[in-house]
Amino acid sequence: MTLNILRSEINSHQTYTLEEKETTLLHALSHIKTTHDATLTFTEGCRASVCGTCAVRVNGKEELACAYKVQDGDTVEPLNYHPVLRDLKVDKNKAKETLVKSSAWLHDFQEATLTHKDEKFTETQTDCILCNSCYSACPVYAVMPDFLGPFALTRAYRYSVDKREENVKGILDNVQTNGVWDCTLCGECTLACPKGIDPKMDIMMLRSKSLQSGHSDPTLAQENFGEPSFGF
Amino acid sequence: MIDILVIGSGGAGLTAALSAKDVGASVLVVGKAYPTNSQTSMAQGGMNAALGNAGEDSIEAHIEDTLKSAHELCDEERIKRMCSSAPSAIKWLESIGVPFSRLDNEKSGIDTIAQRQMGGASAKRACYAQDYTGLKILHTLYDTCLKHKVDFLDEHYLLSLVVENGICKGATFLDIRTGEVKQINAKSVIIATGGYAGFYHNYTTNMTGATGDGIAAVLRAGGAVSDMEFVQFHPTALKSSSILISESARGEGGYLVNTEGERFIDELKPRDVVARAIYEQFQKGQEVFLDIRHLGEEKLMELLPQEVELCKLHENVDPAKELIPIKPVAHYSMGGIDVNSILEVEGIQGCFAVGECSNAKVHGANRLGGNSLLEITTFGKFAGEHAHRYATTSNVTQADDTQLQQDKQYIENLYKQNAPLNFYGQREKLGKLLYENAGMVRNNKDLNYALDEITAMQQNISHMGIEDKSMTNNTNLIDFLEFTNTILLSSTIVSAAIARDESRGAHYKEEFPKQNDEKFKNHIVFQWKKENA
Repeated sequence: MTLNILRSEINSHQTYTLEEKETTLLHALSHIKTTHDATLTFTEGCRASVCGTCAVRVNGKEELACAYKVQDGDTVEPLNYHPVLRDLKVDKNKAKETLVKSSAWLHDFQEATLTHKDEKFTETQTDCILCNSCYSACPVYAVMPDFLGPFALTRAYRYSVDKREENVKGILDNVQTNGVWDCTLCGECTLACPKGIDPKMDIMMLRSKSLQSGHSDPTLAQENFGEPSFGF
Repeated sequence: MIDILVIGSGGAGLTAALSAKDVGASVLVVGKAYPTNSQTSMAQGGMNAALGNAGEDSIEAHIEDTLKSAHELCDEERIKRMCSSAPSAIKWLESIGVPFSRLDNEKSGIDTIAQRQMGGASAKRACYAQDYTGLKILHTLYDTCLKHKVDFLDEHYLLSLVVENGICKGATFLDIRTGEVKQINAKSVIIATGGYAGFYHNYTTNMTGATGDGIAAVLRAGGAVSDMEFVQFHPTALKSSSILISESARGEGGYLVNTEGERFIDELKPRDVVARAIYEQFQKGQEVFLDIRHLGEEKLMELLPQEVELCKLHENVDPAKELIPIKPVAHYSMGGIDVNSILEVEGIQGCFAVGECSNAKVHGANRLGGNSLLEITTFGKFAGEHAHRYATTSNVTQADDTQLQQDKQYIENLYKQNAPLNFYGQREKLGKLLYENAGMVRNNKDLNYALDEITAMQQNISHMGIEDKSMTNNTNLIDFLEFTNTILLSSTIVSAAIARDESRGAHYKEEFPKQNDEKFKNHIVFQWKKENA
């Protein structure tokens, strides 16, 4: 069984041969590093899909290395739109700044009556492990590096619908610029998420909440004054 | 100079940083990965607090259960402090937005938080968020840190504490990205670097990075570490991958059965008792399985969605229809940095420790499920407050660069050192050695064998080293540095286990199956004396 891994030092794929057996990609990477080639560089953590450390792209699709079973001939590459530090190890700091810009936290707490149904309402969104798979899958970054992006917007949404949030407007105000209106609703983030989160839906919900709170869709305003556009 | 340097960015570190920031301190949190990568994300079952939302409960009962599980090897005052602070810690977590699971009881605030049964608890006491409790607490803490503009320095690996005349003045780090060795000066330091159950490599639920870095740094800097022999084995990890299946699976009604399909133990006994019962089955040639089929698919997806997914992925088993093959593996380290009642490290002034790396003596010989998330959030807060008090009342002068130069030299030498012996192979060997000889059931013959092997490994370390000579992003180097901590501290685990000729909590010795309070109701402490300091 062979595995092709993009090595940054040679800027091309290196092929490794593995024993034929069922194995997770993380296990295979570890095996290569500990027995064949100590220079192979990747990041790892819990092995159980919860620490968000080991996301990579396999054959162009984002996967958690610890949750992906290796297939013969797989090509493994680092996440997109993240500066590559070495091999599969990327710099996540810029991506994480989107959380700050979108102020994805509880702004002003108020005591609330939360029920089982309320819990369910944001259960999936709060399963986010910040693995950055959705950020890597989002095509908007190809043209707009400052886009707030899927994970930050999902998190902003999660707080905006929390009954304990008194200042929902405070959150919505911060997701207008480079935010909810710049998403193309292509749904790549939803396909990429290893935890079954649907950022596209969350962004659509944020749009409607934004409209309700007095914000308007800037792309529509542009269309009124310029050429008609049937984009997306 | 900053007021407080927090080393480690898991739940304990983030809580400490928030509390220090709250009282006005300048804080920097330094970690070897990113904040949300930490071990805290793996805590599943819950966080104990006697809220009494799901039946009668009291703080006294919580204290009582914790004391019982600790087997006399604890500090009663601190346990009281932790348990009685639990409801206010939950209240604080509620106020920052932790998405707890809820009851439909028409009440409000924390009175609606759902609570579940955990082993060794006399009531349904663990507040939870499905089976992602640690993950959801950790991420909410992180969001709150961003809100309060806590400064982070990621991907910096702790090398040494900077200590002059017994006073801690900062720490040195290896910047993983650049390879540069740096010193960060601070008026006080909080160590929150996690535990050491990761030493049981391949036989642990822990992440590979759970290598006791802060504990080893304290030992090297002249501070004390204690109760190292107490390592908790979690009864139910997946047999082939050692991945954790939460205790809540049993709390919700799961059974343990052997090959014959017979139950052999009350599944809700404390972890040490259940783990040993499983060990006995193994000795009799039986396999052991977790059976949660009777809970039904719907309930499983509701209560234990993560476990269902992990069983399918790593064991090719559908828990709604099949038995889950399990084995007990190392899960949590009770021992660690010896701290006093204000969480200051014994032997190092101005240095505090909190979370799994510290031995605050609240878990004693065996930790109760649900008490570790409680410890990091309650004591994390105290650590931040105490460190701030120290930083504002003591006149700490800036350290010179002696430690920095020493550490630079050490790293430089590693690059020059030949490495004919692959340390990764030694890491595997050590994990197995510890599991087989310093595991759930111990005896002095096996322990002495393990100590000899570890000593030989220690002597051989000059033949090990790094194969990768890259200056930047060298994870081979980090793995090696972690392994040196692993070897150093493994010898303390085994030595202390040899010295403790009795059985107490998680430490069980075949030839001394009883607790012996007369001789061993005390903590085994390690501390290096500096010659001619």
